[in-house]
Amino acid sequence: MNPQSTIHNSQLIKAYLVPGQPHILLAPDQNEGWAKLKYAYEAIGREIAQSGAELMLVYSTQWFSVIGHLFQVDPKPKWTLVDQNWYELGEIPYEFRVDPEFGKLYAGLCKEHGMQAATVAYHGFPIDTGTVVALKLLNPDNAIPASIVSCNIYAEREETRALGFAARAAIEAYGKKTVVVLVTNLSNRYEVADIDPAHDRISSQKDDEWNRKILEMLGEGRLEDVAQVARDFGREANADMGFKAIWWLGAVMGEHNKYDGKVWEYQPVWGTGCGIVELTPNERKQIDWEKEFDEGPVPTFAATSGTGLETHNVLAESPDVHRESEMSSQSDVIRTERAPKPVGPYPHARRVGNFLFLSGIGPRKPVTGEIPGPNDIEVQTRACIENIRAVLEDAGSSLEKVLDVTVYLTDMKRDFDRFNKVYAEYFGKIQPTRTTVGVDSLPTPISVELKVIASV
Amino acid sequence: MNKGEIVGGLLAPHPPHIVYGENHWRNEPKSECGWEVLRWGYERARKHFLAKKPDVLLVHSPHWQTVIGHHFLGLPEFHGLSVDPIFPNLFRFQYDLKVDVELAELIAEEGRNDGLNTKMMCNPNFRVDYGTIVSCHMMNPEWDIPIVGISSNNSPYYFSNEMGQAQMVKLGQATRRAIEKSGRRAILLASNTLSHRHFTTEPDIPEDMSREHVYEHSGYLWDMQVLDLMRSGRTKELIAILPEFMDHAVSEVKAGSLAWMLSALNFPDYAGEVYGYWTVIGTGNAVVGWDPQLREKAVSQVVTAN
Repeated sequence: MNPQSTIHNSQLIKAYLVPGQPHILLAPDQNEGWAKLKYAYEAIGREIAQSGAELMLVYSTQWFSVIGHLFQVDPKPKWTLVDQNWYELGEIPYEFRVDPEFGKLYAGLCKEHGMQAATVAYHGFPIDTGTVVALKLLNPDNAIPASIVSCNIYAEREETRALGFAARAAIEAYGKKTVVVLVTNLSNRYEVADIDPAHDRISSQKDDEWNRKILEMLGEGRLEDVAQVARDFGREANADMGFKAIWWLGAVMGEHNKYDGKVWEYQPVWGTGCGIVELTPNERKQIDWEKEFDEGPVPTFAATSGTGLETHNVLAESPDVHRESEMSSQSDVIRTERAPKPVGPYPHARRVGNFLFLSGIGPRKPVTGEIPGPNDIEVQTRACIENIRAVLEDAGSSLEKVLDVTVYLTDMKRDFDRFNKVYAEYFGKIQPTRTTVGVDSLPTPISVELKVIASV
Repeated sequence: MNKGEIVGGLLAPHPPHIVYGENHWRNEPKSECGWEVLRWGYERARKHFLAKKPDVLLVHSPHWQTVIGHHFLGLPEFHGLSVDPIFPNLFRFQYDLKVDVELAELIAEEGRNDGLNTKMMCNPNFRVDYGTIVSCHMMNPEWDIPIVGISSNNSPYYFSNEMGQAQMVKLGQATRRAIEKSGRRAILLASNTLSHRHFTTEPDIPEDMSREHVYEHSGYLWDMQVLDLMRSGRTKELIAILPEFMDHAVSEVKAGSLAWMLSALNFPDYAGEVYGYWTVIGTGNAVVGWDPQLREKAVSQVVTAN
């Protein structure tokens, strides 16, 4: 189970990957592709405006930092940007609306966990071109306050992920609906001479092929898969800052592939690859493949119980490693809105190592708690197993991974045969071990309850 | 018009910390002290070189990074507020500088004639980078000499160290020719640090010198090797090993400023004077000056001796 797949973070609405090239904002008339990027930008801007988002968190590869990470907390940064490369395209005057409280919270969480972090609220501080372009196009009226974090040029995977986990924790603690914006190019090889903008194209076929492969995966919502090939992409296509931004995004959103992806646009800008992608978390998404075992080291952003801050400690996924800490952390607790609320102080499931232990789960409907088919064992058995399926899936498992079932029936004599018939439909091929027990009653007036152990 | 000449060339590093340590009125943040060896080195260097009454300071800065070729500040003056994006806590500087546009245009033209891409930057709202400002300020805090500001082309980062350096050698030659045509007395500032691995944390008191030391021994060894070549006038050997230095010590000379200056000076075979070497957040920084008069003296002594 990946702790990021739990659904605590309903505040995270969507993530967008966008390019930060000023050509899109300042010169859409010079190239059809630049214009298409602008239209796509504006379309997702409208989508965000209607999403109910209360915060826009921006990570831009163009805001370099070298001493840890910086967090913009000036509530109204104002300047006229003249890009150091593309000044001939014109100026970009800006005045943004920043949420300083979120920035302070985010920086504070990083500091608490031993990371170098500093807030920035200086008149004239140079906000990077990528952030300026993204905010001007996505949030032209400043309807949604933004928070902006820097990209440390030396930060490797673990530090970048740790920064992402801290963002996630900050979003959870802040409680506002948030969209996440990642400003990054794909392949990042520029044309180094003047070109006719109308004939702009990706700098090489190889880079173009890499970009298309990455976009294909993102279009399928495979964020974690992209994160795992980021190093290769960086090496082979000179991806922007080694494409480290995707590690941050994975840590913020959840390091898995359960997203609905949409590629809005893909175009060259002065030889570089520029894609606009939308990722929407989809806990119910059926995926054919399990995530590969993670290649990276454990993040330095250490999990501490009780803070609500969680790391995806990949080594802890082995049953033989860190079991004790896994047991004591909150990261193994599974709760989901897709199953009926527990009737006592217990979660839907807990994970230990590679095993999931589910609480007894009955047939009540999620959300309403209504009992389907009173005394109809077939209806209730189906409902019961569907609830179990939801818990398993939200914990990163599935019915196919059920190992052991304990069945509680309130009327063995009346219901056993019909129960067995439905049970066989679901588990006949899976063949978990099973124990069936007759009981006087269950906490609610239901006829059946199942308790399950599964693997992940 | 007399033939112009380069009257000095300096390795003039630009960490904003040294301006912070100066407590100059133009810089808002204030310090107790810090990085004195470098600051005092700059003091001695400017005493020597400003005595030559230069008409112009030319500065090549790694913090104005350009993709398409080599760019030049192209208006007679720029003024504004420079806030260092990396160390905004240390550097928020009010600048007001004059540009020798005529010389800048001449260099751009000479470069173009040599096949380089060159451009003049003529937007008055352009914010001059902090590398340019720190090197110029430390060399001439009065700001009473016009400058030529030159960007750092990114080609070594896209292609190779060698390709980047080859461009800088060409740019240096173009610079020399342009200066000679202009009639100016010029001083060149190569705004580079040496070894460039640095700490990723900062002490609560940034000027706490008990925390300042070279990041790693291998970087120090590289710096000393490079300084030894400078001090002994073996700059052709130096230029040959710079690509290796860039890789092994992550040296900022990759940005090309040092190669540009040495090329413009026609690769001095006379000693460079090391005015100071110290570290800034672990990076190696040296103020080193080449005075062409020293070569003339040496040559005249040889002639006299014969």
